[in-house]
Amino acid sequence: MKKALSLLLVCAMTFSLAACGSKDEGTTAPAEDNTQTETGTDAEAPAETPAADGAVFKIGGIGPTTGGASAYGIAVQRGAQIAVDEINAAGGINGVQIELNFQDDEHDPEKSVNAYNTLKDWGMQILIGSVTSNPCIAVAEESHKDNLFQLTPSGTAVKCVQYDNAFRMCFSDPNQGLESAKYIGANSLASKVAVIYDSSDPYSVGIFEAFREEAQNQNIEIVAAEAFTADSKTDFSVQVQKAKDNGAELLYMPFYYTEASLVLAECKKQSYAPAFFGVDGMDGILSVENFDASLAENLMYMAPFVANSDDEQVKSFVTKYQEQFNEVPNQFAADAYDCVYVVKAAIEAGNVTPDMDASAMCDALKAAMTTISFDGITGKGISWEASGEPNKAPLIVQIQNGEGVAL
Amino acid sequence: MRQMKTRVWSKNTRSNLITYGIVIAAYLVVEVMMRAGMISSLLKGLLVPLCMYVILAVSLNLTVGILGELSLGHAGFMCVGAFSSAVFSKCMLEAVPAGGVRFFLAILVGAAFAALFGILVGIPVLRLKGDYLAIVTLAFGEIIKNIVNVIFLGRDSRGFHISTKDAFSLNLEADGEMIINGPQGITGTPQNSSFFIGIILILITLFIVINLVNSRTGRAIMAIRDNRIAAESVGINITKYKLLAFTVSASLAGVAGVLYAHNLSTLAATPKNFGYNMSIMILVFVVLGGIGNIRGSIIAAVVLTLLPEMLRSLNDYRMLIYAVVLIVTMIFTSSPGGRAFRERYSLKLLFGGKNQAKEGE
Amino acid sequence: MMGFISYLVNGISLGSVYAIIALGYTMVYGIAKMLNFAHGDVIMIGGFVVFTTVSGMGLPPMIGILISVVACTVLGVVIERIAYKPLRGASKLAVLITAIGVSYFLQNVALLIYGANTKSFTSVVTIPPLSLAGGSLIISGETMVTITACIVIMIVLTSFIKYSKSGRAMLAVSEDSGAAQLMGVNVNATIALTFAIGSALAAIAGVLLCSSYPSLTPYTGAMPGIKAFVAAVFGGIGSIPGAFIGGILLGVIEILGKAYISSQLADAIVFAVLIVVLLVKPTGLLGRQIQEKV
Repeated sequence: MKKALSLLLVCAMTFSLAACGSKDEGTTAPAEDNTQTETGTDAEAPAETPAADGAVFKIGGIGPTTGGASAYGIAVQRGAQIAVDEINAAGGINGVQIELNFQDDEHDPEKSVNAYNTLKDWGMQILIGSVTSNPCIAVAEESHKDNLFQLTPSGTAVKCVQYDNAFRMCFSDPNQGLESAKYIGANSLASKVAVIYDSSDPYSVGIFEAFREEAQNQNIEIVAAEAFTADSKTDFSVQVQKAKDNGAELLYMPFYYTEASLVLAECKKQSYAPAFFGVDGMDGILSVENFDASLAENLMYMAPFVANSDDEQVKSFVTKYQEQFNEVPNQFAADAYDCVYVVKAAIEAGNVTPDMDASAMCDALKAAMTTISFDGITGKGISWEASGEPNKAPLIVQIQNGEGVAL
Repeated sequence: MRQMKTRVWSKNTRSNLITYGIVIAAYLVVEVMMRAGMISSLLKGLLVPLCMYVILAVSLNLTVGILGELSLGHAGFMCVGAFSSAVFSKCMLEAVPAGGVRFFLAILVGAAFAALFGILVGIPVLRLKGDYLAIVTLAFGEIIKNIVNVIFLGRDSRGFHISTKDAFSLNLEADGEMIINGPQGITGTPQNSSFFIGIILILITLFIVINLVNSRTGRAIMAIRDNRIAAESVGINITKYKLLAFTVSASLAGVAGVLYAHNLSTLAATPKNFGYNMSIMILVFVVLGGIGNIRGSIIAAVVLTLLPEMLRSLNDYRMLIYAVVLIVTMIFTSSPGGRAFRERYSLKLLFGGKNQAKEGE
Repeated sequence: MMGFISYLVNGISLGSVYAIIALGYTMVYGIAKMLNFAHGDVIMIGGFVVFTTVSGMGLPPMIGILISVVACTVLGVVIERIAYKPLRGASKLAVLITAIGVSYFLQNVALLIYGANTKSFTSVVTIPPLSLAGGSLIISGETMVTITACIVIMIVLTSFIKYSKSGRAMLAVSEDSGAAQLMGVNVNATIALTFAIGSALAAIAGVLLCSSYPSLTPYTGAMPGIKAFVAAVFGGIGSIPGAFIGGILLGVIEILGKAYISSQLADAIVFAVLIVVLLVKPTGLLGRQIQEKV
């Protein structure tokens, strides 16, 4: 029995090794099975792809689609897919179709590198990812070694773009902390501020540290700075009570909307009604299923993107997203959507062709990135520094009557 | 009697040689395939993690299979090894420029720190029994992870600064460098881990564990596992041997941590990599591979690490399939029906089955 | 001072949820001698059932809770039947791994059905908050309901075990399942009943947990599950009053630790207290000493 099992295991191992080995060969020709990894809606689009002239741009995506952070990864996957479908339907980039292959990393650096390698085997030429910061840093190390162009939709940590091959679509952490402190100071929203932050998330800590530094310049007193961690993010009674007891007039919340919805509920439970100020992670709070929007009334947050904007591009994207996935897209989806178009713009500006190898492509794209000015749904006239940071102005959004309104 | 003993010995030796042989053969096969360019990037990237998981599984098997205590905090020791060695490597980047030497020292540092924690944790923990021991190891693992997450360590011209609050309170000078940045962990550790070193470390781990098991000490440890009171009555120092096995196991987990830390450029203690989930995953390797069966641990670690990666094309369903595989395998191999069948044939076991009799309790 | 009382009340409320979950752990452990790691995920399923029935289909909360209790009871029994029963008599570790497998299974099924996005849970409690001491101490309706529910469950469960026939059968099985069988107790049925009760409690715990902390994801149950497991061990696993005391203490320690020591180290403090308690009393606060047979 045991013997049989062991043999079985050995067989499985050999099989998987063989599978690994054979995959490599598959990379030269566009493998049919890969197209199936995309979301079902676009079944026809990639099918015609090989028919065009055989060559396609292979874009890889990495992000968590399972596990605790999967909401963000899935949003990115969907947003990017919509952009890819649009571009392909409109004839591709310079007539060349694109293919997107999105891999799960479970929000874990190790898995993220595995996903990266899987994509490399598939023949990825350009990477959109990783979605979350720490995995993104780990992947950037690999993509730097391979000199593969990487554009992260939402890796906010400073080190995500520390190498010249990496760029980002979103604001960096320090940038957001700085801007929000400036905004609060300039509009004299409050003099006593309490901060709740997720100490286990580099995103949250990064913003908080920058915020605290700038707060001194803006005469904002931080009366309470309370942390929570990934392991204890359901009960916020203590953090909220501390903010309340210290008489904070404004609660600064540099973390994601999932936890924010809990903090807001806890504030209501304790009959505490300060002004609320969040960062771009707050975007999406209104799309939380069954969320009582009255809790978030007057909540302000920094956002690159407002779903109910009058902008034509935004409108079309939001409509498509809602049609396909039956929910309002958040900033992750929007950033990812823009990422694909940025890649398109850079490819066009850099005269990149699909027959180039990934490294040559990367050099061309790197150079092109600093020259383009991009109008997307997360900002107009966005340009990039060679350092990988985008220049775009954050929007301040306030929730009024259950809708996000740009201030 | 004497004849029997030599026969048992030679069988053991043969079985152990096979185990070493499998590892070396695996190395050679992979190396040849790599030279021939037949290996996918995915597998290439997985080689070091595979070595790491194998070391973890073998070392946990020492605690679970040989010592007979259920530990749910193995990832904690890995965490200690990873962080201590990463700090060492980062600080010594200039002092010891030779990557190989520095990594060798880093491994020693990681192993030593993990062993130290093994002793510290082991002394109180090993007084407990069964599930209580399991939950306390889980608790220690979580505490280690939690504490690592509040350490801020920086260095500037005035020396080292440490804080448990935030990076701000370190008051680093402009030229200062953050070494451990609290929950953001350590970034920029040199990537010294390689498949070759991983294989060497596996062989060393196997050598240590197999020799320990077949030594007088190992027999004493197994005697304690099988019957503590009887072992005590023949004069075996229970605490000493238990602690010894536990510490060796912890130290080897620390070595795996060193591999982990020097494989990725970012190291942060998250619930994913150093939490109880990881400990449980290693335990799954050990149990599926066969408790006390070293070779089984190796194979299970390899197969179960590759499985989710191989199932990538199934997207959302892969973790579901992983779960089903777990349940079905356990029922298939461990239900009384299956077990009776297995035990009947276990006398002629091909795979080093000297310890399969003792499970759990 | 008011601050302290407020923390204490919140701690007891959180602890009550832990206690209800821990009851499920401890009963199953007492009888089947297994650590049911999937228990936390049954809580999550319970939460989702209420979410679907109340928020999705618009049924009255009480009906939703009832459906959830029934669903979880059935689920608990089915899990026991399919995954754990074949392993009766197998090594403890094998059962533990199977339970972990079941836990992953439930999480991923929920992920496939409901997706990863957080759902906001509408509290089923409609009682207005109690404002004491001129508004400086506010006790929410959820808190009152949770604490009351915990006490009621505790009393009902203790009397059930003490006075009913099936309850005494449970005691007998947990004492010595072999002897109980000889005395005519249907051991399999008793174990199934234990799982049914434990899972029903998990459904209630799920509703209370989600009402107090209104978010719901496929991973909602994991951490409370582990904490409740710790609570059960803390109080002496296998002991019902132990689970109650362990749960409450754990909740209070967690909240006070967060409030007065460090909000980042709250979990470490909880675990450290557990370790200290186990070192002083190796089988938990109310656990029985293990008799060692020579």
